[in-house]
Amino acid sequence: MNFEPVLLRRWGKPNSQSLETYRADGGYTALQKALAMEPPRVIEAVQKSGLRGRGGAGFSTGLKWTFLPKDVQGPIYLCINGDESEPGTFNNRVLLEEDPHQVLEGIVISGYATKSTTAYLYLRYEYGDCYRACEKAIQEMYANNLLGKNILGSGYSLDIYLHRGACAYICGEETGLIESLEGKRAWPRIKPPFPAIEGAFRRPTVVNNIETMACVTQILDRGPEWFQSLGIPSEHPKDPGSYGPKLYCISGHVNKPGLVELPLGITARELIDQHAGGVWKGRTAKAVVPGGISMGFLSADELDTKLDFVGPGKAGCLGLGTAAVIVIDDQTSMVDVLYNTCRFFAHESCGQCTPCREGTAWSAKILARIRAGQGTLKDLDTLTDISNSIGIMPGTTICGLADGAAWPIKNALKKFRPEFEEYITSGRRSQSFEVAGSH
Amino acid sequence: MSTVFINDIEIEVGPKENLVQAAERAGVEIPHYCWHHDLSVVASCRMCLVEVGEKKPDGTIAMIPKLVPACQTPAKPNTVVLTNSERVKKAQAQTLEFLLLNHPLDCSICDQAGECYLQDYTYKFGNAHSRLNEPKVQRVDKYHIGEQIALFTDRCVMCTRCVRFTREISGTSELQVTNRGSMEEIDIFPGEPCNNKLAGNVVDLCPVGALCSKDFLYKKRVWWLKTQNSVCQGCSTGCSIHVDQEDNRLYRLRPRENELAQGSFMCDEGRFGWKYVESESRLFGPRVGKLQVASQHHVAHVGNGSHASGNGTMVSHAQVALNELATVDPWPKVLDETRQAIKSVVDSGADRFAVVLSPMMFCEEAFILAKYIKSVNKRVMLALGVVPLVGEDDVYPKGPKGEPPAAGKAKFTIRAEKCPNRLGVEAVLKHFQGEVLRFETIADRLNTNKLDGMYLVGGYPDAWLDESMLSKFDGLSTLIVQDFLNSPLTDRATIVLASATFAERQGTVVNHAGLAQEVQQSIRGATDVRQDGRLLFELSQRQGMYNAASIRTEMAKEIPAFSAIAGEIGELGIQLFNTVEGKSA
Repeated sequence: MNFEPVLLRRWGKPNSQSLETYRADGGYTALQKALAMEPPRVIEAVQKSGLRGRGGAGFSTGLKWTFLPKDVQGPIYLCINGDESEPGTFNNRVLLEEDPHQVLEGIVISGYATKSTTAYLYLRYEYGDCYRACEKAIQEMYANNLLGKNILGSGYSLDIYLHRGACAYICGEETGLIESLEGKRAWPRIKPPFPAIEGAFRRPTVVNNIETMACVTQILDRGPEWFQSLGIPSEHPKDPGSYGPKLYCISGHVNKPGLVELPLGITARELIDQHAGGVWKGRTAKAVVPGGISMGFLSADELDTKLDFVGPGKAGCLGLGTAAVIVIDDQTSMVDVLYNTCRFFAHESCGQCTPCREGTAWSAKILARIRAGQGTLKDLDTLTDISNSIGIMPGTTICGLADGAAWPIKNALKKFRPEFEEYITSGRRSQSFEVAGSH
Repeated sequence: MSTVFINDIEIEVGPKENLVQAAERAGVEIPHYCWHHDLSVVASCRMCLVEVGEKKPDGTIAMIPKLVPACQTPAKPNTVVLTNSERVKKAQAQTLEFLLLNHPLDCSICDQAGECYLQDYTYKFGNAHSRLNEPKVQRVDKYHIGEQIALFTDRCVMCTRCVRFTREISGTSELQVTNRGSMEEIDIFPGEPCNNKLAGNVVDLCPVGALCSKDFLYKKRVWWLKTQNSVCQGCSTGCSIHVDQEDNRLYRLRPRENELAQGSFMCDEGRFGWKYVESESRLFGPRVGKLQVASQHHVAHVGNGSHASGNGTMVSHAQVALNELATVDPWPKVLDETRQAIKSVVDSGADRFAVVLSPMMFCEEAFILAKYIKSVNKRVMLALGVVPLVGEDDVYPKGPKGEPPAAGKAKFTIRAEKCPNRLGVEAVLKHFQGEVLRFETIADRLNTNKLDGMYLVGGYPDAWLDESMLSKFDGLSTLIVQDFLNSPLTDRATIVLASATFAERQGTVVNHAGLAQEVQQSIRGATDVRQDGRLLFELSQRQGMYNAASIRTEMAKEIPAFSAIAGEIGELGIQLFNTVEGKSA
């Protein structure tokens, strides 16, 4: 398929971070178009485009904006989530390092649409280059009346503050981000109230993803019809469709890992074979993570799954997530993969809700024991039970981290159970380790 | 009011109630750790997960597919709640298994055993076994976390009630959560222990044995304790409390929830301030005649409710006489002599005698004494004793710089007035004296040698007269002191009536806001110590036994101000007066 990148079109161009080159490439025309419209018309355009949030949950961006209460007195806040910490994900990083103005333009347009008074760009601490690129870009914007009071004479004013996190996965959860932004421990909030009603500093707040902001810029520039022309249309009335270009991160055991921009809906197999140079060392893929480790695993039989907002779900995964594809080759032990995954979530669980706090740590300990050759087949049932209790039974925790911790366990044990059983039974023989009373 | 359905039980609930409260009304227990009605909702322990739906007007029920925390869900009209479905039971059992994973299960040496929600819920909702094959997380206990509190870190279930208490009620924010995930612990900032004046409440709030009171630690298994309702005597807030005792010994005071009084909490001054009950300076029996050996020290000791002898150098004739009468009740003789002593002074001139009613007295006691004295001679002066004031009212939650909260935002107040019943005693005085004569009036009359005799009631746990004032009493020919502690004043007394502390008495106190509450008798006290009520009952030669409720009935008939509290007044008390201060925290 021949697709000319849009969001990444300026990646690699000389001095692509500067306002000068951005303007030369037609930058900030989208903002001018937006400022000429009434804010509700901007929201309509974004809604019409079918843009769904690129952060992981895939909620309709325009619809989210309409949840803000009408006729608000006082400030409305726009928080941009740059705490990109889902394993395997680096699309926001490329956007911010290479083309910060595209994202910042989207922030101003979104701010205008939502009548926000202040925007906070929350960056994970590790993204130092992003921070410096954004800092410089924001300075340029202030100097050119693209930020601050009365932007481009429109009467609309907006300030953007850069805020750096302190290296915690949980700050990517929107209410965890808000808490962290307020200077507190990033414990996700209970909902309701949702951020649209009571978010940062107890004011109406919108939280959006970096890539979503870049999409907003392009939608305003090229029109919602262009956006709708890409991707997969809705399959049934309840599905809002998967439209627009998407940045796919590919990592793991492939010949050419990297970031590619494609219309939503490419299959995992096409992505690996056509855009990542295939699985490395002539091997085959055993499992593929469809969108960040929290989404679970596709098995080798499921590689024709379309990576849009519904495809991974059909294959028993949690969803598209961040569209960060991690390829696991046939020489890799799924026990090791799952152990690594569980260890990550045990480390990153914020510790607020009992099931997630205890369950993630417990599952990591069990897998560590299995790897040490001391597992029992019973452990696999316990692991399944834990995954059911921490995230798969809906409502057991405040935020989605537990779902993300549970899904890889559930997928791995469902799709790769024989490998786990083999690992345990053979390991037990080799270590001549017997648990009294087991079986 | 709205109607909700808890496991098919239809129940009316009030506004702003959540499903835990609604279920409680229906007699259904929804287990919970993190939720507490006086703290913010965090819905993090996930113990209270229930199935929820809505009953439509056509009678059909639409259930929400996911489990929801009952504490976070308002009881809206027509809410349907299932607390006993298989899914709910599974979630409850699983949450308990998670909570117990790293719990040391050291119930046998844990102070909380017997009143522990981890024990109770595991018994009711949990599994009998754990599937954990892994080593438990080891944590270091923090005995240093506060002067009065110790943290047994490994027993903690991370409900964060204690953290929220210090942020929302005391406003002092000493406690916090450190680390992340399963390594989380409650901790203080280095060198900043949790020593605020409300700190003891975190021990009550802790649903498990993590936060323990050092004062009570390893003193008594809680199932041996017997509990009486009482009222804290520490200040005019008059916190409703539980008094826990066993075998005539007090072990601890705990706040008793009462929205009419203080709410759910009490201060540490009150909580730990009862030790005078077991003071070595307690008077253990009455005495007639002046002390022969001038001494500021103790005449006798009382400990464990049993007698102990004095230290030998301070024996009065009366003491010797009493020792001879050890098997005989000394009180009839002592009270006879007291009556004669009063009569002889009053006969020589009624205005040469004065009676001082302490604001530490209960209403009934003040009533009996005042009524008796006025029956001896109407012209005998009745005055109010010293009202101890210490500093200013201490209002919580504190702001970031320790400043008191804005008006109307108070959640707890430790009052400067360190006595429980000024208002009640004043009402008695107004009735019998027509006005409230302050102690200064008495002091003036002492200064100008206008008094020969005095009946003075003490009952203060701390010294309340200074040296210069004390010497004024030396001129009195008759000084009858009714008190429970030895003091320079009892040393000067011609008659000492050994009375009882609040734990040994029964009666009514009226707090700063005019709320009348009953103090129940918790322990017996030493053999020759007379409960004040009974002492005065016998002094005034009434027939029968002292009983607070019947005295209240009599008092209510005679004094209009007390008409609302005839007979029994219930656990929560009765609003008796509307004070200017009114009802506040």
